[in-house]
Amino acid sequence: MLEVRNLTYEVVENGEKITIVKDINFAVGDGEMLVITGPNGGGKSTVAKLLMGVLKATGGELLLDGEDIKDLSIDERAKAGIGYAFQQPPTFKGMTIRRLLNLAAGEELPEPVCCDLLSNVGMCAREYLDREVDATLSGGERKRVEIATVLAKSHKICIFDEPEAGIDLWSFSMLVKEFEKIHERKKETLLLISHQEKIIRMADRILIIKDGGVSACGSAEEILPMLFDEDRECSCMNRKGGRMYGTGCDNK
Amino acid sequence: MELDAITSNVLEAIDSGGFKQEGAYNLRYNGTALCHGDSAHIKIKKKEGKSGIDVYISREAQGEQVHIPVVISQSGMTDVVYNDFYIEEGADVVIVAGCGIHNSGCNETRHDGVHAFHVGRNAKVVYEEKHYGEGEGTGENILNPVTEIDLEEGAVFTLNTAQIRGVDSTERRTDVDMGPGSRLYVVEKLMTHDAQTAVSNMEVRMNGAGSSAQIVSRSVAKGKSRQTFHPNAVGNALCKAHIQCDSIIMDEAQVCSIPEIDARDIDAQIIHEAAIGRINTEQLLKLRSFGMSEEEAENVIIDNFLR
Repeated sequence: MLEVRNLTYEVVENGEKITIVKDINFAVGDGEMLVITGPNGGGKSTVAKLLMGVLKATGGELLLDGEDIKDLSIDERAKAGIGYAFQQPPTFKGMTIRRLLNLAAGEELPEPVCCDLLSNVGMCAREYLDREVDATLSGGERKRVEIATVLAKSHKICIFDEPEAGIDLWSFSMLVKEFEKIHERKKETLLLISHQEKIIRMADRILIIKDGGVSACGSAEEILPMLFDEDRECSCMNRKGGRMYGTGCDNK
Repeated sequence: MELDAITSNVLEAIDSGGFKQEGAYNLRYNGTALCHGDSAHIKIKKKEGKSGIDVYISREAQGEQVHIPVVISQSGMTDVVYNDFYIEEGADVVIVAGCGIHNSGCNETRHDGVHAFHVGRNAKVVYEEKHYGEGEGTGENILNPVTEIDLEEGAVFTLNTAQIRGVDSTERRTDVDMGPGSRLYVVEKLMTHDAQTAVSNMEVRMNGAGSSAQIVSRSVAKGKSRQTFHPNAVGNALCKAHIQCDSIIMDEAQVCSIPEIDARDIDAQIIHEAAIGRINTEQLLKLRSFGMSEEEAENVIIDNFLR
């Protein structure tokens, strides 16, 4: 279980203290799927980075299975069982996709396993394995490789920061199926930052972050109507209805 | 013949394919040919009047290899060698060279290898050259290679050079003359550390119509080392060339990259790119998210960059 208590992140700019996220509280149980959503610039990705240790929290507690991980580095958190897919993955000149997957897994993976990992994110595997993770890959391809690196290893908790960004509809469907499979197995906790209705609807619980704080948090049954019911006032989003997320064809 | 441990270790570092006393080979050790062999299609002859060998590769050589490594273990030695390669029309060969110095003394040890390649029509040559230094001594290891390549019509030449570590100073010169339809691929990889210096000057003259060259240079400069790259592609005819120099700079190192392109024909198309930068923080974070320490992540990035 991951427990987040009063998570706060402040920066000082030109001598002035700016609060990016403040007093975030939530918990995710083992095998549970939590989706964090909310308006752009609200602090969702910052929370994800604070959980992984990409950014260092300035206040609060982070407990993984009861152990405080707030002072652990990113690599120590990885060893503690957290996997993380970056929103904007970096390129690596000279490194093949196969090599990156092996590094992510911490072992030499057999070729069929590498192929499966890529197929599961909608990539025609063999033609990609020996390609470099460089600028010759499109943004969507790099994003799918990024997700595959997290899937290459078993984790206690997997954090995906906007996994849908830059991905075509067909690959997105494959990705949703992959998340469904992980969720059904209930072996790994899933924490996704997302704006996509399909992903949000898969969640056990939904957390809405706005202006650096928790605007709403609850079960999917509680929160979904706020987001997607046309006739309800959505106070957490400061807008009516939830159409902002839909792909169109799913919204009746 | 039995080789000692030092020689075997150095050979392992400079000859990734594995040096064997089989087929065509010549092992130069402390300034003299220690052992050598010919194959049916590749003959090696000692030069008369100056040090070095002439290697004759016949057109019947198809997919064959010749290994000509140099090992120096005598501190204070200066070894200058002239090797000529005559590759007949249509031959297809891999030439594995390279030089390793084991310096356990306090004197400067130096090897200057001058290699000239005369490549016949439609012949294919892959030339691999690794440079390496080791030893517990304080004397400097210096390697100054000169590579001259003359490509006849339709010839294809691949030049892979790598300086692994332990070379205190190097000044490389590469000159290439290209005939019609000939192709050149160069991949130069270099790592310097501590106070090492490396200079690489290259001039590729595309003299024949339809010739093309692709030159890729990747380097990592650590410590207080200094590197200078100056590749120059000269288009004297209808031709295509692409020069790409990428460097990772670390610590207090200095890297100077000067790609030069010189079109002397209206149909010459030549492109150059050069980039120097430190290791990207996002790359480090990504690898650390796999559980690697910062140092491990840095090594992986460098290793793959130079792979």
